[in-house]
Amino acid sequence: MITDTIPAARRPASVERPGPALVGAVVVLVAATLVPLGYVAWSVIATGPLEVYALVARPRVVELLVNTVGLVVVTVPLCVVLGVGAAWLVERTDVPGRSLWRPLLVAPLAVPAFVNSYAWVSVVPSLHGFWAGILVATTSYFPFVYVPAAATLRRLDPAMEESARALGSSPAGAFWRVVLPQLRLAILGGGLLIGVHLLAEYGAFAMLRFPTLTTAIFEQFQATFNGAAGSTLAGVLVLLCLVLLAGEAAARGTARYSRIGSGAARYLSPHRLGAKAIPAWSVLAVLVALSLGVPAWTILRWLWIGGTEVWDVDGIVSATVQTAGLAAVAATATTVLAFPFAWVAVRYRGFFARFVEGTNFVTSSMPGIVTALALVTVAIRLAPPLYQTVALVLAAYVLLFIPRAMVNLRSGLAQIPPGIEEASRSLGVSPTRTFVRVTLRLVAPAAAAGASLVFVAVATELTATLLLAPTGTSTLAMRFWSLSSELDYAAAAPYALLLVGLSVPVTLVLFRQSTRAAAL
Amino acid sequence: MTAHALEISGLAKEFDGQEVLHGVDLSVQSGTVTAVVGASGCGKTTLLRLVAGFETPDAGTISIAGRPVADVGRSVPAHRRDVGYVAQDGALFPHLTVGQNIAYGLNGSARSTRARVTELLETVSLDADMARRRPHQLSGGQQQRVALARALAREPALMLLDEPFSALDTGLRSSTRAAVARLLAEAGVTTLLVTHDQEEALSIADQVAVMRDGRFTRVGTPQQVYLTPGDVFTARFLGDCVLLPATITSGVADCALGRVPVRGDVADGSVTLLLRPEQLVAGAVSDGEGGTGVGTVLSSEFRGRDVLLTVDVGGGDPISVRRHGIDPPGVDAKVRVDVIGTATVLDERP
Repeated sequence: MITDTIPAARRPASVERPGPALVGAVVVLVAATLVPLGYVAWSVIATGPLEVYALVARPRVVELLVNTVGLVVVTVPLCVVLGVGAAWLVERTDVPGRSLWRPLLVAPLAVPAFVNSYAWVSVVPSLHGFWAGILVATTSYFPFVYVPAAATLRRLDPAMEESARALGSSPAGAFWRVVLPQLRLAILGGGLLIGVHLLAEYGAFAMLRFPTLTTAIFEQFQATFNGAAGSTLAGVLVLLCLVLLAGEAAARGTARYSRIGSGAARYLSPHRLGAKAIPAWSVLAVLVALSLGVPAWTILRWLWIGGTEVWDVDGIVSATVQTAGLAAVAATATTVLAFPFAWVAVRYRGFFARFVEGTNFVTSSMPGIVTALALVTVAIRLAPPLYQTVALVLAAYVLLFIPRAMVNLRSGLAQIPPGIEEASRSLGVSPTRTFVRVTLRLVAPAAAAGASLVFVAVATELTATLLLAPTGTSTLAMRFWSLSSELDYAAAAPYALLLVGLSVPVTLVLFRQSTRAAAL
Repeated sequence: MTAHALEISGLAKEFDGQEVLHGVDLSVQSGTVTAVVGASGCGKTTLLRLVAGFETPDAGTISIAGRPVADVGRSVPAHRRDVGYVAQDGALFPHLTVGQNIAYGLNGSARSTRARVTELLETVSLDADMARRRPHQLSGGQQQRVALARALAREPALMLLDEPFSALDTGLRSSTRAAVARLLAEAGVTTLLVTHDQEEALSIADQVAVMRDGRFTRVGTPQQVYLTPGDVFTARFLGDCVLLPATITSGVADCALGRVPVRGDVADGSVTLLLRPEQLVAGAVSDGEGGTGVGTVLSSEFRGRDVLLTVDVGGGDPISVRRHGIDPPGVDAKVRVDVIGTATVLDERP
């Protein structure tokens, strides 16, 4: 009855069950990814409800909460408007220089938010507080909406908009009633990503002297190590994060990806802007100037002013070597550990597979500071020798970046038809040897792509690294942070340049995605 | 040869509580081709996957070349079953060249492997130069032939083909099918083939098994299953049918087309008669003529090499008659329908 109607790629899912070794490995990994959440829950319970209430109901905490929530509530809609607007101008109108705008609007992703902060502070030294935070966050994060929105707009079936026009809608009416609803998933996905980043970001807001929950937790940690105040704040932060996830899930509802044309099928003639072309062009120019021009100008200006003196070769080489070493080990470990997750997600259906996916989704959104705190606490309580070791910081990287490796591995595995593995087995090759000779070989490119994403993420990571790296460690991000904290902006410039340079390849990947697939 | 290359008995399988196969029995003689044919979703692919060892049966046994490979609570894994398997799309390994694909299951020195690959390429009528190509550089028919060569390399006791020609376009399908049939016959490889194309099954196989809802409705030679299909479903599945109500008296049927001899021993009584359109001949008669077998043309469908006439012969539904396309009788013309050969009595009424 069933087998013939189920598409071949899905067939084994209903047939086999994961073996005990795989289940064991995945259970251990899930338990590990639940450490941050578990830590928060445990510390809130251990502190006791009265104490927790006393800690939360302080004017200081209310202020932090207002700042953090305000940041999300203002920045996310702003990014949505800018991202969707820019995507629509570039993809659907005849605004001059379309092929030039496309890379320029993705490029801000190559500038880590704390480097962007540094750029703005050195241009306007008095910049601080809420609106400064909004400015830096918006210019750093709007591409998270732009990329999926542009991809969706490019691939929308032109017939839909044309049908709306034929049914009597004006261009604006067609946009609101037909195009915008199709962008819903892009907007929700991008918005969630921005929200999670806003909650987790430390460096950018610390530099702007804008206190959020994350910066406060960081300061608490440095002052009192792992006091109840810090872990209670972490609990509030995790709660906000869960609200964000639930909100996105509720808004997404049962929406599925819209019917998307095959891409090159038909060309939709762009809207003619006419006299509005110049204002539209100016809006894009201002956006790019603020998000890309300011950091570029700042870095280049400090390099110019600093001349050759700021190129402290020994420091830069040692930081680069350390960064590359940490990132390489973390990328390898993360990719290997992501494999069982991806395997279960692709090859099996049922409660276990859905549970694994669900926990991954939640833990992947935990702010780095919560993960770092949790690991420090667990290490001190259960395995004191681990504290202040490279192993601990590597564990944090794995927990933080497993989803990045997994996304790539999943799509790589999903592209291998099970028929190929069956063919190998029918040729007398055992399942294990088949895995090595066929599966692993075919998934290798995807694994490499995932590993390089993790490499870059680790190389530009600041928060968890600052908290967990053993004394004497000095990565590029740490060197940049300590120099710019000492207001030695010129000496920090080479490190900023290296951090941006490291992010360029990943940004290129995202740029290619924006011109191809619909999802970020 | 006496040993059966494949022996299946009482095979049952369910997925998520839904029974896909209900106690299937099948024997395949060594060196012959058996085609399992059925509509999509009837369970034929599941049967093939059970034989290949990709699934384990819930009940029943499978023996390949006299060796039990699946029994209650025991199942030999796919890689130890000594079967060749060719999937619908060929399932060539995209990361290996054609030569490496064919050599995949071979163990031996590089030289002997190379010689064997060349030999196999020749067997499936491909150039030896092809060995260096990548699968994506081949046409669909070539890919299918490489998949066959790869499966033949280990000289399996049983070859399993899962709709091997359905991914090919019509022209390529018949030529590839003919080439594969010749090749399998020459090599004397016992083959179990699954298809939804009854023409393919009838033309390529020594034995045809028609499957419906996880059961075989008829197993026999192509002639047997086509001419004496048993029930209406099987009859319709294997080709166009003319079904007529008839009364049997001492081995001869009385129906709207007159008295027609029937196959086998049939008890007297009312039955459903099966005739194939090619058994009927329609000849024009003058308007005044009447009698048994004379009817009126209701419609005439020109189909190039022949015309399909729908004729009302009175008593029951109109019947379809195929006729050569020269000077066909028009609508409302009178024709006499004569029967060639014998009719078959079906088990049940339509």
